[in-house]
Amino acid sequence: MARMKFLCDADRCIECNACVTACKNEHEVPWGINRRRVVTINDGKPGERSVSMACMHCTDAPCAAVCPTNCFYTTADAVVLHSKETCIGCGYCFYACPFGAPQYPKVGNFGSRGKMDKCTYCAGGPEPDSTSVEWIAYGTNRLAEGKLPLCAEMCSTKALLAGDGEIIARIYRERVTKRGYGSGAWGWKTAYKQDIAV
Amino acid sequence: MSFTKSVALVMGALIAMMLVMLPAQAQQPTSVNPTASSVQEKQLLEALKPEFGKTVAIEGRGSFPDVKSHVLQQPAGREWQNFRDTTLSRVGAYGILGILGVIAAFYLLRGKVRIAAGPSGRTMLRFGSVDRFAHWLTATSFIALALTGLNITFGRTLILPLVGDTTFANVTQMGKFVHNYVSFAFALGIVLMFVLWAKDNLPSLRDIRWFAQGGGLIGLGHPPADRFNGGQKLIFWSTIIGGVALSVSGYMLMFPYVVGGIGGLQAANVVHALAGVILVAIILGHIYIGSIGMEGAFAAMGSGKVDVNWAKEHHSIWVDKVMKRDGKVTPAE
Repeated sequence: MARMKFLCDADRCIECNACVTACKNEHEVPWGINRRRVVTINDGKPGERSVSMACMHCTDAPCAAVCPTNCFYTTADAVVLHSKETCIGCGYCFYACPFGAPQYPKVGNFGSRGKMDKCTYCAGGPEPDSTSVEWIAYGTNRLAEGKLPLCAEMCSTKALLAGDGEIIARIYRERVTKRGYGSGAWGWKTAYKQDIAV
Repeated sequence: MSFTKSVALVMGALIAMMLVMLPAQAQQPTSVNPTASSVQEKQLLEALKPEFGKTVAIEGRGSFPDVKSHVLQQPAGREWQNFRDTTLSRVGAYGILGILGVIAAFYLLRGKVRIAAGPSGRTMLRFGSVDRFAHWLTATSFIALALTGLNITFGRTLILPLVGDTTFANVTQMGKFVHNYVSFAFALGIVLMFVLWAKDNLPSLRDIRWFAQGGGLIGLGHPPADRFNGGQKLIFWSTIIGGVALSVSGYMLMFPYVVGGIGGLQAANVVHALAGVILVAIILGHIYIGSIGMEGAFAAMGSGKVDVNWAKEHHSIWVDKVMKRDGKVTPAE
């Protein structure tokens, strides 16, 4: 099986937010929740870089380790998913996540959190594939249809790559070799404990 | 000047100009490396300095009004994960099992602490209804909070395999609601107890002597004590300090981002979890000595009236004061 990963080529990202919009629209993500976001470092200064960030589907995912109800699971494609049936909205996965991926709808009193929502790598949840139950809770299951995440598919500059880790790493390496520079695969060291050496 | 001569001059000048420009052109780079001057993830990560309570993260600018989404990476999450998965589990498990071991050993070696002179049959009022209300408000809410809190830390390991995912999730979800709502009763109880008993719990030199003599628990004879002895003062201040730490950190978690960012939440959780397991361990000792561990002790918070002989042994100075004030002792019923 493939080991699915995301890779954002920061030298190509133009901060158009198409990935954010594509994701929000495809899954009809509710108000206040953004499964993907673009962050610009050193905005307006020479050498600024924009990175599109979402759940990185980490190896040994911290969210899964700290969850009090063990609601996370990793698919055969190494996609980290969770069950909204067993999530209690405690916020622990958000404290642990290095990428700020988990989001919570604000429900009820105080700062009470609802069931956590995050990027599913367009792979739905534990419910049967491509059912309405799955769609309502997690959004479209593109992976079950043999398609890759829509954010990467819609990327206007092909900065955001999604797919098997080895293939997207090879694409990135070829790019770097050809153009002669590359600022590295952002987040890979933290998420996958590896970097792409060129 | 002939035409050919002037052409030769112009040509010569042009050649001279080109010769001057050549080295300048050679200095132009053949390719541009934009990453040479760009921000690098590695350097940004290395520049992060962990600081307790502060958000340690690579932050930038985002398009959403929610500034929390402008954090790109916060590697401190891994440290918090390590705290929860390793440090907390160890402190919690060793602390609670350790205190249970100490209690069991104490019970086996020392047995129940009896009233040396035997029960007198006469009682005197130790805690009135307001005192007892404050105690039991705090006590019952603390037990509810402790059980639901321990479930968050140890439930996945101890209970989930026994009852299954769905049942455990439902129980834990209810536990979260109980934990959030009951916290208000607990916080109120802490305030009430502080107002009622802080004055009599101020440390004094007598407490040192009380501890030196083993408080009448270890060794022989009962050192004199006022309304509260050294051990009780220790429990009182542990509860007040622990209760305040738990309440403040707990409300920080319940109202996220009111004070501090993600770093503040992680720090609040560390304080909350550690204060929680430590206070559970201390209170287990308190429950033991206030129930099966000591004859006549439970009545103080049960009916509020304690046996006079018990009072004389444990709180001799307090008994003298009450006797002097009231000049009488409630007869046995």
